[in-house]
Amino acid sequence: MNKIQNNKAWFFVIPVFILVAFNALVPLMTVVNYSIQETFGNNEFFWAGSTWFSDILKSDRFHDALGRSLVFTAIVLAIEIPLGLGIALCMPKKGPWVSVCLILMALPLLIPWNVVGSMWNIMALPDVGLLGRTVNALGIDYNYTRQPFSAWVTLILMDVWHWTSLVTLLCYAGLVSIPDAYYQAAKIDGAKPLAVFRFIQLPKLKHVLTIAVLLRFMDSFMIYTEVVVLTGGGPGNSTTFLSIDLVKYALGQFDLGHAAAMSLIYFLIILFMSWLFYTLMMREETSP
Amino acid sequence: MAKITIDNLRHSYLSQPSRDEDYALKRVHLDWADGGAYALLGPSGCGKTTLLNLISGLLPPSEGKILFDGRDVTHDTPEKRNIAQVFQFPVIYDTMTVYDNLAFPLRNRGVDEADIKTRVETIADMLELTSTLKKRASGLTADGKQKISLGRGLVRSDVNVIMFDEPLTVIDPHLKWQLRSKLKELQQRIKRTMIYVTHDQTEALTFADQVVVMNNGEVVQTGTPIELFDKPRHTFVGHFIGSPGMNFLPCDVRDGKAMVGGQAIVAGNAKAAGKGKLELGIRPEFVTFSKSGLAADVVKVADIGRVRVVETKLASGHSVKLIVPEGDDIPTGKVHVSFAPAHTHVYENSWLAGDTSRAAS
Repeated sequence: MNKIQNNKAWFFVIPVFILVAFNALVPLMTVVNYSIQETFGNNEFFWAGSTWFSDILKSDRFHDALGRSLVFTAIVLAIEIPLGLGIALCMPKKGPWVSVCLILMALPLLIPWNVVGSMWNIMALPDVGLLGRTVNALGIDYNYTRQPFSAWVTLILMDVWHWTSLVTLLCYAGLVSIPDAYYQAAKIDGAKPLAVFRFIQLPKLKHVLTIAVLLRFMDSFMIYTEVVVLTGGGPGNSTTFLSIDLVKYALGQFDLGHAAAMSLIYFLIILFMSWLFYTLMMREETSP
Repeated sequence: MAKITIDNLRHSYLSQPSRDEDYALKRVHLDWADGGAYALLGPSGCGKTTLLNLISGLLPPSEGKILFDGRDVTHDTPEKRNIAQVFQFPVIYDTMTVYDNLAFPLRNRGVDEADIKTRVETIADMLELTSTLKKRASGLTADGKQKISLGRGLVRSDVNVIMFDEPLTVIDPHLKWQLRSKLKELQQRIKRTMIYVTHDQTEALTFADQVVVMNNGEVVQTGTPIELFDKPRHTFVGHFIGSPGMNFLPCDVRDGKAMVGGQAIVAGNAKAAGKGKLELGIRPEFVTFSKSGLAADVVKVADIGRVRVVETKLASGHSVKLIVPEGDDIPTGKVHVSFAPAHTHVYENSWLAGDTSRAAS
């Protein structure tokens, strides 16, 4: 057989290439450009090489912010994934309550992020907020503007409230798409509810759970708006996550080279972690 | 293994059924012997899957009783009834190996591992799955998966009945035939009661000793494949079984003879016919061209392999189909057709005239 060489088809890829270039590559290259140079404004640039990168990787400030981000994401994932899955399992599969539940679950997702931050900010105020007042009235010393621990609890509660629904809705969609025959077969095979969950529901939910974990990882690792509105990164630096620290560098100190290098590192961490999650969760698929 | 008795069973998917039409299954009585192969045959939506799910216990009946060996199991769970079911789409546990899939029902029942091993290996051997036992079940082809579904039913040595709900739907045509003969062979070997639901007459007639034909939530006829072919009790059975289906012509009965277009035709049960709407039924296999008989025009000839189907039209506009073996001459234009008397029946209001053994409706 003669293989016909015809590369004209590549022309069809050009529009996509242009699109991707403009929405991803060009902005990214701008950041790369900043990250290896020093500028004092006036459109003057000096070569800086890898200085910014090595500075950041050595700085305690970066390590602390990265640590906080990782801990926050880990806690949020550890709560939201099982909780969301649990709620989805409890939701009715048919009947009039389905739509009621779905709407209730979707509500938090419809609220703009800065509004979510404001809501919790006001609600958790120890002197006038409903939540803050109640908790203090119960004899627990709670003040998120002064105690790092309270601030963390509030942030995690807020994120769980805001985003568990996403996990629930994804899992619910996955659950209702499992054909009845599986449950019937399990009944006939004498499987206990735990076995049904372990051998039918969980494997069938693998794909949606992977998506849920990826989305929640990326979102919580990049969380910004809600935190800025709620705690502004404080008290002290206790809730200064990578995103907030990055904005402080870029806009607070106008340290563009530093901020650009940090953005790239941040981006690579997210890319690597997403790849890691995806590979780990999908690995069984490919093994024989 | 058990004898199955279905007593006055009715089922409606509505909570407050009032009229007959509300019932997906309208009063069914059946007696099935232990170790038999049965088929439930009928068009989509005739209630055959409903009946199957009632027997397996996946649905509770609205009325009536189900007995296994005389023991009332109407309100027992599928697990307690000890039945097995193979579904339309293969149901396998994706994360398990083929071995674990087959062992699953036994493990759930607390059988010890040594016994499980011997059982699983016997069944895998029977189903030709031995070489795949260590593989993940999700990697198998559709027919392999369907074999696993079947195997999970077979591993338990004490199942009362194995049920098949159109199990060959997703199987490739050339494998359908293989799997079907495998099923039949297994049935004869292990002598387990099996119920096979299908809308495909070939599947039903080749698999079962007794075929139950259903339509509109009722059992229209129960019989061996031969009985269904020779003496359909209802015009529906005549239409549904056979390819092409039975010819039906409106007729009168005078002096114990059926009259079609002014001509007398001998039919065994013509004397029993009453005052209802009468039809004469004859299978295309028993219609022949002749010198005398009903005048007709040849309209169409279709070659379907070893035989040809000839469609003729009577003066009244009704069509009569004939099956002509290959090699025989087919006349054209004006012809006469005659019917074999032993295979000609009169139907009154769609039911075989004079038939007393008719299913209660």
